[in-house]
Amino acid sequence: MRPFTYTRAKDVAAAVTDIRANSEARFIAGGTNLLDLMKIDVMKPRHLVDITRLALDTIEETDEGGLRLGALVTNADTAYHEQVEKRYPLLSHAILAGATAQLRNKATDAGNLLQRTRCYYFYDTDTACNKREPGTGCSAISGYNRNHAILGHSEHCIATHPSDMAVGLAALDARILVTGPQGERMLPISDLHRLPGNTPEKDTNLGENEIITAIELPPQGFAQHFTYLKNRDRASYAFALVSVAAGLEIEGGVIREARIALGGVAHKPWRRPEAEAMLRGKKASRENFQPVADAYVQGAKGFEHNTFKIELARRSIVRALMTAAKIEE
Amino acid sequence: MASEVIGKPKNRVDGRKKVTGQARYAAEFSVPDLTYGVVVNSAIARGTIKSIDASEALKLEGVLQVFTHENRTKLAYYDKSYQDMDAPPGSPFRPLYNNQVQFNMQPIALVVAETYELALYAAALVKVEYEQAPHETKFAAQRPYAYEPEEYKSTPPPEPWGSPEEALKNAAHTITEEYAHPSQHHNPIEMHASTVHWEGDGRITVYDKIQGALNSQKYVMGIFGLKEEEVRVLSPFVGGAFGSGLRPQYQLFMAVMAALELKRSVRVVLTRPQMFSFGHRPKTVQRLSLGASADGKLQAVIHEAYAETSRFEDYSEDVIIWPGVLYNCDNVKLSHKLVGLDVYTPLDMRAPGGTTGIFALECAIDELSYKVGMDPMEFRLKNYAEKDQIEDKPFSSKELRECYRQGAEKFGWKNRKQAPRSMREGHQLIGWGVANGAWEATQKPASAKAVLALNGQLTVSSATGDIGTGTYTIMSQIAAESLGLALDKVEFKLGDSSLPKAPLEGGSWTASSVGSAVKKVCNKLGEKLLELAQEIEGSPFKNVKIEEVVFEGGRMHLKNNSSTAIALTEILSRNKTESLQAEADSEPSDEQENYSRYSHSAVFVEVKVDEDLGTVKVTRVVSAIAGGRILNPKTARSQILGGIVWGIGMAMEEYSVMDNQYGRFMNHDLAEYHVPVNADVHDVEVIFVEEKDEIVNPIGAKGLGEIGIVSVAPAIANAIYHATGKRVRDLPITLDKLV
Ligand SMILES: Cc1cc2nc3c(=O)[nH]c(=O)nc-3n(C[C@H](O)[C@H](O)[C@H](O)COP(=O)(O)OP(=O)(O)OC[C@H]3O[C@@H](n4cnc5c(N)ncnc54)[C@H](O)[C@@H]3O)c2cc1C
Ligand code: SF4
Repeated sequence: MRPFTYTRAKDVAAAVTDIRANSEARFIAGGTNLLDLMKIDVMKPRHLVDITRLALDTIEETDEGGLRLGALVTNADTAYHEQVEKRYPLLSHAILAGATAQLRNKATDAGNLLQRTRCYYFYDTDTACNKREPGTGCSAISGYNRNHAILGHSEHCIATHPSDMAVGLAALDARILVTGPQGERMLPISDLHRLPGNTPEKDTNLGENEIITAIELPPQGFAQHFTYLKNRDRASYAFALVSVAAGLEIEGGVIREARIALGGVAHKPWRRPEAEAMLRGKKASRENFQPVADAYVQGAKGFEHNTFKIELARRSIVRALMTAAKIEE
Repeated sequence: MASEVIGKPKNRVDGRKKVTGQARYAAEFSVPDLTYGVVVNSAIARGTIKSIDASEALKLEGVLQVFTHENRTKLAYYDKSYQDMDAPPGSPFRPLYNNQVQFNMQPIALVVAETYELALYAAALVKVEYEQAPHETKFAAQRPYAYEPEEYKSTPPPEPWGSPEEALKNAAHTITEEYAHPSQHHNPIEMHASTVHWEGDGRITVYDKIQGALNSQKYVMGIFGLKEEEVRVLSPFVGGAFGSGLRPQYQLFMAVMAALELKRSVRVVLTRPQMFSFGHRPKTVQRLSLGASADGKLQAVIHEAYAETSRFEDYSEDVIIWPGVLYNCDNVKLSHKLVGLDVYTPLDMRAPGGTTGIFALECAIDELSYKVGMDPMEFRLKNYAEKDQIEDKPFSSKELRECYRQGAEKFGWKNRKQAPRSMREGHQLIGWGVANGAWEATQKPASAKAVLALNGQLTVSSATGDIGTGTYTIMSQIAAESLGLALDKVEFKLGDSSLPKAPLEGGSWTASSVGSAVKKVCNKLGEKLLELAQEIEGSPFKNVKIEEVVFEGGRMHLKNNSSTAIALTEILSRNKTESLQAEADSEPSDEQENYSRYSHSAVFVEVKVDEDLGTVKVTRVVSAIAGGRILNPKTARSQILGGIVWGIGMAMEEYSVMDNQYGRFMNHDLAEYHVPVNADVHDVEVIFVEEKDEIVNPIGAKGLGEIGIVSVAPAIANAIYHATGKRVRDLPITLDKLV
């Protein structure tokens, strides 16, 4: 680990000022991702702004009837929050499918969204990686790419975003509240993460000196018909190979609204609103789910070790929708 | 032996120390004035180091030295000096010896500083330039060049017997398939570490993570030309090793070299990624051809193994002996070839060779049983080995039939439907599989010392190790039993090179070898106690022979009259003796040579496989073990449970990912190198069947460290086939292979 300076911010404004005043500075929240990466020399901040004392650790009702999750609420507190469990069980399930109890106790909601990819090469400074060191090349494309993307990748990077929570939030159409030197702004979760293109070093569309202050959940929580399905290499403590967050609003057997987000397949949670729209007004049934699953993976391209994800994604979408719709076969 | 403590489910005598943090591991010993070393590893798999620029690192205040091949200590010249007790034939790797890089992540420099953090930072500033040479780490590409080593570390393949090719051709049912398993790395929770205490005058005390303090001592003496009295090695506790601590690892070399050069105490601890920079279970591909008659008699076996080794040592393990140990067949051909790659030399990992060979054999046997149309267990019983065909000897004992009987009953095997895909529950396909296995029960020469003190405390010692298996506990039990003492009156000491000699703690031979020495030394002490008792004036034990007395409840009494008794402490006090001691060496008996000695297991598994998504859940495991006398059912059960859990990992999770572009293992942390978690392990049952064996060793125990793992992975693979109709022949069986 390299030497760094450290300050503890007392409020959001101070945090933003501090991050701006220092070059190569980073916020540190739970530290469960950042510190790991610092220890292996992948991230080398010269200054850390500790934000854990900011008053962003509560969950509140919003005026429109949704919930606002403070950026520093832990994953555990979010997943087990009474209102989240009741109104947004999809989110609880997604969070609890990730990491371990110990990590979730420490991990914060904003930190979770901003965790970095788990690509092996990104983690090993003796290999080439465009995300870690732009211009060095992507080792994964010609190397071991079982965990990598099948959608939205570029010739420069085929990494996936590892967060489960983000996939749940994507299905819920959550919004991200951000404060920067220019003041506050709000962006839909679909705009938070980005595709790698030719700047894979950028994971998100946040400005360098912006801090996430909260995550807003709109009123619609799909509490009746939802599922989070995570396929992984062991039953716990493993990142998703393919995950599906599905929420349905069903009235009299007819679907009024459908949300599907995929994890483990792209550089961001994967939504296809036009494919979701195919379900509107349709009966909840396997016959109607299958074409949507096909549409979701349309254009997918795998690499040497991960083509299985395409079929797995297709089957997982159908299974997730069947489970959400409570259809037994 | 009457059984007061032996055979009882005693708690670990060191358990309290462990859970309260008093048990100290190699990296936890505090010695004064300590410095810290961090190892720099190579970024390439083959080539030459052109230069190492440590100037930036050395500029930092508190950095003491950066050791490289250019400024290292003078080291021994001959290979022999580097050969430790577990070295395979060849030229052992020599850290910092010259500018040659032989494998990726090779240790090429050591940064020593006043603090660990500083050393870590300084290590990141060391710049290395290489002249890269092409490497070859692709197993498939090198397989055509596989060779038979001049010398096998394992049992050399025996000459074929019968006419295997012809028998195969004529067999009513045959299969020929290849089975593969990947390289797997050791990931005990304790990372390898050495703390070297510089005592002055060229003397050092080393706290090392090792499965035998004597091995580290020998290694250090050989390389650095130190005398026995100049190096003492201690390793009282080891946080899991399973073979990774059989050979001294490079952190020991580094720490000792730095201490001798700097004349300071030095600690070097490997990081989790560095755990992927040395020995591993070798990738192995096995080709099996089996033939059976129409009624299910095994008629031909051809078993060929191709296993990875390094370019500098010929590592081999017992992969191919199992057809001759587990089944009887008249026509058998076995071969074992090595595939040289630019990697570090493979290393023993729990049941080395056995887990590998039995996996392939037991899957192949299963496949053949379906061809014949027999129940897989019945098929195995029909071909049950009545003798060991490799050594051509009878077994000293073999209660495998009883394992099958009790295991099948507990599992409910009789309700199994034979056809694959015939059992299901919603989306879940259910499969039941079985496999059997064996592991050697050897005894090695070992020595022990016993001292009885005036306060009644017995201290027994031997330079063996306890890697978490329960050595402290069972040795204490054997000693307590032999002299009729309560368990808390006995202390067992191990993990110290100054103690009486013992073999490396491995091969499941510690209970039998060291146990025999402990029993012998305690009996000897008993004889001395009797002699001493006879010297007491008016002693009722005059003219009494040792067979005529019994040690019980801290006393010695006449067998036929328990009221003629004397407390052991009284024997000492009446003779004004402070303490009484004895030493003993134990050797395997000649009679053992006439027998083949193995423990056996039969494992039954239930899996549930998601039909669409390929996820597998191992819902039930019943493991029935014939392991001779069970000294402590509690520690014994833990050994078997651990084997089952690891077997689940082997079947479905463990896999070191080799990137051939770099010739480097890439998933070098515990987030990405998967071992089972609690959620992967469900219903698990262990049965010990009764097995009496008076030949195997004086204790009658066969050792349980390894038998627990060998049959688990094939039983799971067989259950997955039964569930899905899909035969996956390359491990691990991940969901992508089932989708
Ligand atoms: C072994 C392991 C397994 C895991 N498995 C999973 C899994 O299966 N699924 C899953 O989803 N996750 C998994 N995780 C990841 C875990 O969820 C994340 O590490 C955690 O959520 C990060 O939160 P944190 O608060 O510790 O972030 P930190 O490490 O503190 O920060 C992460 C990043 O976010 C930035 N940051 C933090 N807060 C803010 C803010 N408010 N505004 C702007 N920037 C900010 C930091 O600067 C840093 O770059 C795993 C982690 C580990 C170590
Ligand atoms: S996939 Fe992305 S993160 Fe992985 S090596 Fe390529 S550029 Fe780096």
